[in-house]
Amino acid sequence: MIEAHNLTKTFQDKKRGLITAVDHVSFTCRPGQIYGLLGANGAGKTTTLRLLATLLQPTSGTAKLAGFDVIADPDKVRANAGFLAASTALYGRLTSREMITYFGRLNGLADAEIAVRLKRLADELDMHEFLDRRCEKLSTGMKQKTSIARTLIHDPAVMIFDEPTLGLDVMTARSIVKFVRECRSRGKTVIYSTHVMSEVEKLCDGVGIIHDGRLVAEGTLVQLQARYGEQDMEEIFVKAVGGEAALEAAALKN
Amino acid sequence: MNWNNIITVYLKELKDSLRDRRTLISMIVVPTLIMPVIMFGVGTIMSKIMKQAQAEIVSVMVLGGTDSPGVVASLKADKKFRVVPESADYKQLISDKKIRVAVDIPAGFEPALMEGETQTVPLYYYEGELKSGIGVKALQDYFAALRDRTIEARLMERGVPATVIKPFVIKRQNVAPPEKVGGNAIGGFIPYLIIILCFTGAMYPAMDLTAGEKERGTMETLLCSPVRRINIVMGKFFMVLTASLTTVLLSLVSMGVSAGIGVMYFGSSTQAQGTQQALAAKAASGGTIPLIDPAGLIGVAALVLPVAILFAAMLLAISLFAKSYKEAQSYVSPLIIVVIMPAVIGLLPGVELNAKLALVPILNLSLVCKEMLSGVWHWDYISLIFGSSCLYAVIALMFCVRMFNRESVMFRA
Ligand SMILES: Nc1ncnc2c1ncn2[C@@H]1O[C@H](COP(=O)(O)OP(=O)(O)OP(=O)(O)O)[C@@H](O)[C@H]1O
Ligand SMILES: [Mg+2]
Repeated sequence: MIEAHNLTKTFQDKKRGLITAVDHVSFTCRPGQIYGLLGANGAGKTTTLRLLATLLQPTSGTAKLAGFDVIADPDKVRANAGFLAASTALYGRLTSREMITYFGRLNGLADAEIAVRLKRLADELDMHEFLDRRCEKLSTGMKQKTSIARTLIHDPAVMIFDEPTLGLDVMTARSIVKFVRECRSRGKTVIYSTHVMSEVEKLCDGVGIIHDGRLVAEGTLVQLQARYGEQDMEEIFVKAVGGEAALEAAALKN
Repeated sequence: MNWNNIITVYLKELKDSLRDRRTLISMIVVPTLIMPVIMFGVGTIMSKIMKQAQAEIVSVMVLGGTDSPGVVASLKADKKFRVVPESADYKQLISDKKIRVAVDIPAGFEPALMEGETQTVPLYYYEGELKSGIGVKALQDYFAALRDRTIEARLMERGVPATVIKPFVIKRQNVAPPEKVGGNAIGGFIPYLIIILCFTGAMYPAMDLTAGEKERGTMETLLCSPVRRINIVMGKFFMVLTASLTTVLLSLVSMGVSAGIGVMYFGSSTQAQGTQQALAAKAASGGTIPLIDPAGLIGVAALVLPVAILFAAMLLAISLFAKSYKEAQSYVSPLIIVVIMPAVIGLLPGVELNAKLALVPILNLSLVCKEMLSGVWHWDYISLIFGSSCLYAVIALMFCVRMFNRESVMFRA
């Protein structure tokens, strides 16, 4: 379960002054559901997800993950969440197995327990072949699988994915999407940010469209289609953010 | 603080660092090689140059002296000198190292020896030039001996015993045991070296574990774990400290070993020669190092620890601020000067420990090490230095933890 209440984050930037990266964002995401956060570059997706993962502290507002408050209980939130982003890389000089084991230990798991879980994850993600290779020598797809195993080793209730298919080839991207679906069917709460419209259509139970830090539209795909009178996700998106002119204006700001 | 987590982070950083060639070079290869290179390289070259310069026959130009044939002849007969023909540009020739020295024998020098007035014998040489210096020393010795002989002859002539002008002799006697002498001679150099190595040993891992991790994107991954940041900082800090102390320890061991070999190597040639300079060369090449008071070394080690902690925490905090390894380097490199300066001031002769200087970080270590290695223990200063160093170290460590908790530092745009 993820409940965000008026999450707000501002940055002080030397050149651009005060930036409101996330502006009073509220939403709810239930177990067994995938919530898609859709937004253009610089819309505030990553910042929102970092707030949920307690990497950043909200300027105002708060959020609860698996019942724990991000401000009051950040350690418990992290213990119950798995965060995967383009910016969460692997230690190049560790092997895939060492990397996953390290994060198991950081999560307080005993080595025997880690070994059992690692075996199961490696089976599911088909990782056995490269488990003992150093991460720096892995292909992008293998790295991404290792990262996923890293986020799942402590079996978190909440999964936070920030554009996990960015820069992957079709095959790898599909296997990731398939895996995210499996997370859902195991009853995990999943939040998934992307700017790829088709992924939202295929994957998400609920959609939030974020623009310039604000959540401008929210609902299931069917609800959004009804509200904007469009079938295509891309058209819905453009209408929701206030037309192409608004998109361009926001792009110029970044 | 959670020690399980700290140990987990520390062991991972250790494994990671030991797989990194750059860390290995800065932590193990450089410190083990640098001492032998300094000792044998510099030692060998120095003693070679000295030997060569001493063995060389001094070329002397005698100016004038036509009415002093005896003196000129005995100079020519002396195997130490090679007398070259007189020419007017002797000063230029000395500057150009064509000849080493020149002596101006005044007119009527020899005839005046038995009776006459006091005369002046100018010796021309080039100050600071090694061979010219050795030459002028030899020439001065020669004329001093001549003067002594002249005095004796004059006294004999008047029937006065030689002891009249030599009522007593002065004899200097050293009471310091050999290790104290060694401590003084190299005592200033060892702390200087330790301070530098302590800093450079911590430098690379501190940058790699902070700015390097940010650059490679692993910092965010690490922060996703439920481990509190203070434990992450402590794990990383212990790794940097390990690297720093390993660097110091390895170089000290390597210094000890090279000193041992150095004694065998330079020691044997010393006995053969037995000259003053060879003894000095032996001291410079580490021949006296094994004679250093072991208690002094233990004292140095105890005082180095808080300084190593200070360096590790300071370097971590500063390089954490950088977004990339390169940026971190540009912050940290100028710091070397800040560290070397007090260490060098401590090397200067005459700078002595006092209550105020005991509070200046780094400089106090440099000064007190010099004392301890030469067997002087000012316990009041030592405790003041240890206490203040620990305080600085704790402040630096707290600052470092604070930096890790600041998102404007961790997630600088
Ligand atoms: N640490 C920071 N300091 C200053 N400004 C920041 C910082 N992090 C993000 N921003 C700004 O906040 C806004 C939102 O950025 P964010 O990274 O959340 O967008 P995003 O939706 O993830 O974009 P993208 O699709 O490019 O990943 C941008 O204008 C960005 O420049
Ligand atoms: Mg982003």
